[in-house]
Amino acid sequence: MKFGIMINEGPYTHQASDTAYQFVQAAIKKGHEIYRVFFYHDGVNNATRLTEPPQDDRNVVALWSKLAEEHGIDLVVCVAAALRRGINDDNLASGFRISGLGQLVEAGIQADRLVVFGD
Amino acid sequence: MNETTGGVDEGDPGLVKKFMFVNRKAPYGTIYALEGLEVVLISAAFDQDVSMVFMDDGVYQLVKGQHTKAIGMKNFSPTYRALEGYDIEKLYVEQKSMEARGLTEADLLVPVETLSSADMAGLMRSQDVVIDF
Repeated sequence: MKFGIMINEGPYTHQASDTAYQFVQAAIKKGHEIYRVFFYHDGVNNATRLTEPPQDDRNVVALWSKLAEEHGIDLVVCVAAALRRGINDDNLASGFRISGLGQLVEAGIQADRLVVFGD
Repeated sequence: MNETTGGVDEGDPGLVKKFMFVNRKAPYGTIYALEGLEVVLISAAFDQDVSMVFMDDGVYQLVKGQHTKAIGMKNFSPTYRALEGYDIEKLYVEQKSMEARGLTEADLLVPVETLSSADMAGLMRSQDVVIDF
């Protein structure tokens, strides 16, 4: 199956991004395709490379970057939501790209299922 | 193709899916309603079968006479009146949510169809894509 993923909450305060990450990993393991992961609302905060969690904690941003690198997953951050929260090309983590909301709608059209992770 | 749609060519896909946007939160206090509306407006450019649902505190998004000056927020409620111009005309309100808040259709900015919880569930089941804000 082809999945589209939407993440609406930032890292650490909320578990949405962790759960989405685990879902994506499990889906890939089972041979499914991830069409795109789209970050919206505070979810755009998953894309800043300035994050520095304590060493004994997971690094949510780095986990996404690694997953994108290993599996070529398209990680898209909404431009309007990102700029509003100070995320731009200067502080964007590797593997992410900034684009418009049309990328979310397109994921809804092209994927078999759009799965939303948020509050 | 343009910047707001993220460089996606909105004309082509050929596929028309049923998109439902479910609004559950009050218009102010969090950004979900405002940013949710942005997605709805963009979706109009893709010629999809779009509907909106207002339930729980989301019903408050449609209430007439919103005055936001004192809280320093932009009153974006006039946008709901503009949805018709984007061919987004399927607006559904869950009756129970509306009544629980002491509201009637006469209190709302735009014409809506009120549905029982059971009918709302049926409508949701018939969708291809459901996004809730």
